[in-house]
Amino acid sequence: MTDDVILQVKDLKAYFKLDEGLLKAVDGVSFDLRKGETLGIVGESGSGKSVTNLAIMRLIPSPPGRIAGGEVEFMGKDILKMSEEEVRKIRGNKISMIFQDPMTCLNPFLRISTQMVETIVLHQGLDKKAAKDKAIEMLKLAGIPAPEKRIDQYPHQFSGGMRQRVMIAMALSCEPEILIADEPTTALDVTIQAQILELINDLSARLGTAVILITHSLGVVAGMCDAICVMYAGRIVERGNADEIFADPKHPYTQGLIKSVPRLDKISTQRLYSIPGQPPNVINLPDCCPFFPRCERAMDVCKTKYPKVAELSAKRSVACWLYGEGK
Amino acid sequence: MSRFIVRRFLSVIPTFLIIVTLSFFLIRLAPGGPFAREKKIPPEILANIMHKYHMDEPLINQYFRYVGDVLHFDLGPSFRYKDHTVNELLGAAFPVSITLGVVSLGLAVFFGTLVGIISALRQNKWQDYAAMSVAVLGISIPLFVVGPILMLVFALKLKWLPTSGWINSRAGWTTIIMPSMTLMLPYFAYIARMSRGSIIEVLRSDYVRTARAKGLKETVVIRKHVLKGAMLPIVTYLGPAFSGIITGSVVVEQIFVVPGIGKIFVQSALNRDYTVIMGDVIVYSIILITANFVVDILYGLLDPRISYK
Ligand SMILES: Nc1ncnc2c1ncn2[C@@H]1O[C@H](COP(=O)(O)OP(=O)(O)O)[C@@H](O)[C@H]1O
Ligand code: SF4
Ligand SMILES: [Mg+2]
Repeated sequence: MTDDVILQVKDLKAYFKLDEGLLKAVDGVSFDLRKGETLGIVGESGSGKSVTNLAIMRLIPSPPGRIAGGEVEFMGKDILKMSEEEVRKIRGNKISMIFQDPMTCLNPFLRISTQMVETIVLHQGLDKKAAKDKAIEMLKLAGIPAPEKRIDQYPHQFSGGMRQRVMIAMALSCEPEILIADEPTTALDVTIQAQILELINDLSARLGTAVILITHSLGVVAGMCDAICVMYAGRIVERGNADEIFADPKHPYTQGLIKSVPRLDKISTQRLYSIPGQPPNVINLPDCCPFFPRCERAMDVCKTKYPKVAELSAKRSVACWLYGEGK
Repeated sequence: MSRFIVRRFLSVIPTFLIIVTLSFFLIRLAPGGPFAREKKIPPEILANIMHKYHMDEPLINQYFRYVGDVLHFDLGPSFRYKDHTVNELLGAAFPVSITLGVVSLGLAVFFGTLVGIISALRQNKWQDYAAMSVAVLGISIPLFVVGPILMLVFALKLKWLPTSGWINSRAGWTTIIMPSMTLMLPYFAYIARMSRGSIIEVLRSDYVRTARAKGLKETVVIRKHVLKGAMLPIVTYLGPAFSGIITGSVVVEQIFVVPGIGKIFVQSALNRDYTVIMGDVIVYSIILITANFVVDILYGLLDPRISYK
């Protein structure tokens, strides 16, 4: 483990026990996050991105969910082994989260001030007055006009984009080491998406916060991420520096994702590419490459065994029979 | 806000007039009359009485005379209790029923939400199953069964509580226990089920996930972020609940001999004591209209998303 790694996820597993069977939403996910870095986690809906990050925060709804194994080492300690009290000191303080839908993520019955101040008071031990000043400052940083006035309003008085700004201000108010942004722009207007991403980028750079940016579209992470993990059916199928992944995607799924990003430099009259087929149901998944029904290059071995992870370099790996030992 | 109140108040007037009109004519349709007895009254005396109470006039005249009086807050004389006006009779009984109603509603809300919270937090554990079984019983047993059972057990067998009477008797406040328990039971049960459901729903909501992700203690999450949102549906239910309790009071006051307007209502209906029945109907409608009115305002105060313009 190199010095600048602040979060190391090792073989993380999170399962849901449902009536239909055991749903392995996350099944052996590993990645490192370095100080100040932005890591993109990309994959289609249902691939386990949110559950991975909820598991890191130990926020999986249980029952039916549980963390079935692995380690989440944060600043030298395994979060999964901490007491509930220790984890609470990390949540919102050292590791913060913002979510997909800003319309439902703020409490509609409490003023913005109440919701922001409670976090700051809790983690920074400021009095209410000082905490409110801090909150106003954060709202200003997040680009909310007239924050002294707006802070006393309720969430419904803000537009979707403005609410996401409030969420960002709230999440960064304790200057966390890590910000987990779970599809922060998916629910927003296209015109606002870029602004929100830019805001996350700017503020995290300014505060030295590392970011885990979850998204289902590679287009979103293109300009922003240092490293990328591609998830499929609860596992990471490809991992590497962003430049390398875009320049030379190895996994057929990653290649498909890149092909399906709309490109401005190639204005085409054709319909946008999309990967054929549906993501698999991860309940009772057999031991095989889960991508094989959709893969153009599938071989016989793909149907009988999950591919060995091929470590191409220190930061680059891919789980596909086309690479490494199979070849 | 004040404009809302005025508008809401004005909208109530036609409802009120319709209630008064309908009940006035319906009561007169019922066979019999206040002076029909087994023993025949001599016709000339009857004519005298009828004249005294203007009952020899055409019905429509009587109606307008009555409405005119009501608008002056005069509900007229009782036909049966000659020394009393309806205002006096109902004036004495009204506080009794209101006290019983408010106490019952208060108990239903307090214990209902308490049990609802416990059930929701112990979801699918024995506490939850126990509470919800009681709730099903509470909802399904009618109060004319619950009342006598309570009386049999706690008054006649165990002799812990007085069988009947009211706060002003020697037994004092203990008299209110059984009537209010009987009255509150179905509403307590319903509120317990409702609050359990809505707490579970809010516990799964995105904003509660946010609250947890901020590092708040679970007790703070529940107190500050869950309860308010979860209690709003209960507030909307308070209007119908209070109406139900007040009307249920008619039966319960009979069982436990409570001198409220419900007791008077049954008595006057049997006696065809027209003015008392009418007065009682008017008092009931005022109570119900006011209760719903108060609930609307309360809801608006609790939910910041609603603004009265
Ligand atoms: N609370 C839950 N109960 C049952 N299944 C869940 C729950 N949360 C997530 N899942 C399942 O876990 C899988 C991964 O979900 P998720 O991590 O939310 O995907 P995404 O990559 O879109 O964020 C999905 O199949 C989803 O249905
Ligand atoms: S392992 Fe086989 S099926 Fe899976 S992605 Fe690679 S080639 Fe395709
Ligand atoms: Mg998700």
